[in-house]
Amino acid sequence: MSIDFDDVEVGDKLPEWSRRTGFAEWNRYAAVNEEFVPFHMDDEAGRRAGNEQGAFGMGNLRYAYIVNALSDWVGEAGIVREVGCQYRAINQKNDVLTVVGEVTEKMVVDGENRVRLDINVVNQDGGATCPGHAIVVLP
Amino acid sequence: MTDDTALTYVTDEMRAAQGQWGGIRTAPPITTTDIRRWAMATYYPQQPPRIYWDADHAATTPWGGIVAPPDFNPFAWPVERPRGGSPGLSGRRADGKPLTGMNGGQTDTYGVPMRPGDVVSARSRLVDWWEREGRLGHTLYVRNEIEWRNQDGELVRRRMSISIRY
Repeated sequence: MSIDFDDVEVGDKLPEWSRRTGFAEWNRYAAVNEEFVPFHMDDEAGRRAGNEQGAFGMGNLRYAYIVNALSDWVGEAGIVREVGCQYRAINQKNDVLTVVGEVTEKMVVDGENRVRLDINVVNQDGGATCPGHAIVVLP
Repeated sequence: MTDDTALTYVTDEMRAAQGQWGGIRTAPPITTTDIRRWAMATYYPQQPPRIYWDADHAATTPWGGIVAPPDFNPFAWPVERPRGGSPGLSGRRADGKPLTGMNGGQTDTYGVPMRPGDVVSARSRLVDWWEREGRLGHTLYVRNEIEWRNQDGELVRRRMSISIRY
């Protein structure tokens, strides 16, 4: 299932995409991305790195959640063309992370129907951890 | 006003490397298992979309077959690890301890999708850097560019990334 360029308007919201994160999610991501960094695996190492609550999640996994939210939205006929974000806050253990987004622009570039969105990953307290943007291509 | 004794984490190695393409490496051929595991990990605990693991379904899509998630990393698990690491990680804090590195963010532009059998090559360069006093003390931000191309020379991904060192 896919959405069409003509069906999207500026101001439309990206369907929310959520995950509760902790070692079950981080360890799986570490395994596929070979990202075995002590502060993602061990509470003491996390504290040594300056996070009092211990181990914390990978920025790359939050990035994956953004990519997945966009991919699920555009469907198999759409393309995720660009994704950018900054890691502004730490992903603590048991955070519920939700990818949010809003369409800010529609344009046709190089024959592609492009939709630009502001995106973020917010935690259960409403904290914005990962502001950024994305460009997707729709049929 | 210039203070020649001002704390800096910028190294001569970084200055020499700025703008120079390097870090050239080639990943092993991508397999369907690599893609399936990546998708399962990043969608966990939900089942990932069929385009990432069901060849029969994927054949019916506009892609004509299984493709990798855009953020898939074919360079994970190299048998031989690239030597040297990133220029600049050799920097030391004022107290003599080695710097801690953290991922500050990235912008990826995606070209053609990665597919099973693809062999992706990468090259990278140090673009620029800046320093400021932050929550974690004196902090260095370094911008790198990494370009991936497939076996046909097609652009797969261009990443502009910021690494933080403090």
